[in-house]
Amino acid sequence: MHEVDMTKCLLLSLQEWKRGQEPQTPVVTAVHLQVGEFTCVEPEALRFTFAAAVQGSWLDGSTLEIESVPLRARCLACSSAYHPDPERAYRSPCCDRPMEEIVSGRELRIRSVDYSLPHQTSQPAAVPPR
Amino acid sequence: MHMPLSDTLGLNLLAANQHQAEHNREHFEAWNLLCLNVMSSPGAGKTSLLERTITALAPQLEMAVLEGDMTTQLDAQRLEAVGVPVVPITTGRACHLDAAMVSGGLRQLQARLNPADLDLLWVENVGNLVCPAEFEVGEHLKVALLSVTEGEDKPLKYPVMFREADCVLITKVDLLPYLSIDVSRIEAHIHAVNPEAEVFQLSASSGAGLEAWHQWLLAATRAHRCRAELDPGDPNLVNASGSAPSSGPSWA
Repeated sequence: MHEVDMTKCLLLSLQEWKRGQEPQTPVVTAVHLQVGEFTCVEPEALRFTFAAAVQGSWLDGSTLEIESVPLRARCLACSSAYHPDPERAYRSPCCDRPMEEIVSGRELRIRSVDYSLPHQTSQPAAVPPR
Repeated sequence: MHMPLSDTLGLNLLAANQHQAEHNREHFEAWNLLCLNVMSSPGAGKTSLLERTITALAPQLEMAVLEGDMTTQLDAQRLEAVGVPVVPITTGRACHLDAAMVSGGLRQLQARLNPADLDLLWVENVGNLVCPAEFEVGEHLKVALLSVTEGEDKPLKYPVMFREADCVLITKVDLLPYLSIDVSRIEAHIHAVNPEAEVFQLSASSGAGLEAWHQWLLAATRAHRCRAELDPGDPNLVNASGSAPSSGPSWA
């Protein structure tokens, strides 16, 4: 179950974000992920391991919101987008081309974090996308 | 007062691993070596192939191996026997190598030799067709093996691995006379998910097809060195203790 290692990595990535908020300590209510269909991640397993891993940590009480991103590819012969089907060997239904350009479905992204800052006096600037 | 805030992070879920992988790659650049991540299901023949390939290329290339294994050091012992430095990385419960494990292996390797003397570093991953595809270790190229006994449809069932691979080796082709497997269908399925993959059919047992694969390796190593010489990195990137600064250019 490699989602355990994925979760560890997710927590480390969030830890890096938290360090950027110092000296304030954010209270996280939700973590929003985008998980592509064409990845090795099973969203249910990720939710399960996240819930277990955050118990007693600074992320305790936060929820994991996962947006599934479907696999989409573009046929390079006719430029039309399609949903590659394993039953058709991922080939384009229009021109029977192999899966050349993946448009979406490889996402493994922490999209955003909902949080509050207890006893805050001023609103910090948003972290620029990296 | 609790004011609800939302930060757009746009971070890769695996950012922490990615950072360490880039750090490893900076070392590889400073040492001017090519790093290959070798992946497959258990029993596809990674270690047997490395025994043959390392023996054949030893006169031309200086090589070392980081050997991932869940519990034993059996594969590391086999490769030590062909006369190449091997650092075993026992992953325990983890079913793949990650960048931090490889970083630990590199430190052990540095205790034994100067990595700048190497041309090629092999990372033999744990046998698994799923997660190694997502965990980069800092490699320049991914090599995936698929043995003919695994069936024709594995590239469709584990598409991420075969999509990510730069080179796919169809192994154990000496067994084809005993199987009802159409090797051209395996190749077609690989190219369906990854039209750009280099594909070689070979057998570490009979030696069939090894020459073409070895020529590809020599060309990849030469190309890497030419690129490094055209764009020489900062020689001070790696300090005396061997640790590189965490920021800096990385070649991907």
